[in-house]
Amino acid sequence: MSPRNRHRRESEGRASAPVFAALGDPTRLALVARLSRGQPYSISQLTEGSWLTRQAITKHLRILEGVGIVHSVRAGRESIYKFDPQPIKELKQYLDLVSKQWDEALNRLKAFVES
Amino acid sequence: MANDRIEKRIELKAPVSRVWRALTDYREFGEWFRVKLDGPFVPGEVSHGHITYPGYEHLKWVAVVRKMEPERLFSFTWHPYAIEQNKDYSNETPTLVEFRLEKIPTGTLLLLSESGFDKIPADRRLEAFRMNDGGWTQQMKNIENHVAQKSSSQGV
Repeated sequence: MSPRNRHRRESEGRASAPVFAALGDPTRLALVARLSRGQPYSISQLTEGSWLTRQAITKHLRILEGVGIVHSVRAGRESIYKFDPQPIKELKQYLDLVSKQWDEALNRLKAFVES
Repeated sequence: MANDRIEKRIELKAPVSRVWRALTDYREFGEWFRVKLDGPFVPGEVSHGHITYPGYEHLKWVAVVRKMEPERLFSFTWHPYAIEQNKDYSNETPTLVEFRLEKIPTGTLLLLSESGFDKIPADRRLEAFRMNDGGWTQQMKNIENHVAQKSSSQGV
């Protein structure tokens, strides 16, 4: 991740929460799945073995890059894409937190109506 | 993960009418939810109150009641984890909370859903995390498993 991106995300926060939207597409989810194994990939490598065109893959990667899930670095003539788990961690943790709160509230409701 | 809602189902050993009252009578709701509400729930109107959960008594409860279909559906919109006292959350898109009731032989099946998390600003989510340090490692594992499952059927 570039220092500039890190700075932007941590100090200002994103205006909305597009991470969900970015992951709401099966192609992008699959790209994330592949990148999330840790190894960086070039667009050519990601296009290989896919039924999508290079252009389409590039478009999807840009969307993922826009929400900070992937970051790209130039390597010669190619851009290499790397996964950043942080935005997904944040999102998952948030839902887990709200979910836990509901579990507790519903248990209190259960005790309340069953007594 | 790509999913922006929370869903819960719980079986309650009490008649639907009893559960309905616990959900929609503002005093009863306040008992188990731990909030002191100023007045009854009315569809289309704002419900005000104060959280009574120990340690969070300084927080206000603000929700807009949406639907009250007797013994079937109760819903409201609100801002989950609006935990900063002096911050105005009114410009943010709220989430929708729905309670659905179904009669079952043992009593009542309650289905709860909260949706609309995709609209919550990221900095707000971070605020909530600061209150709670959960097991990151396990959560990352869950994400990995989930993503791995999804990807095997997508074939990029």
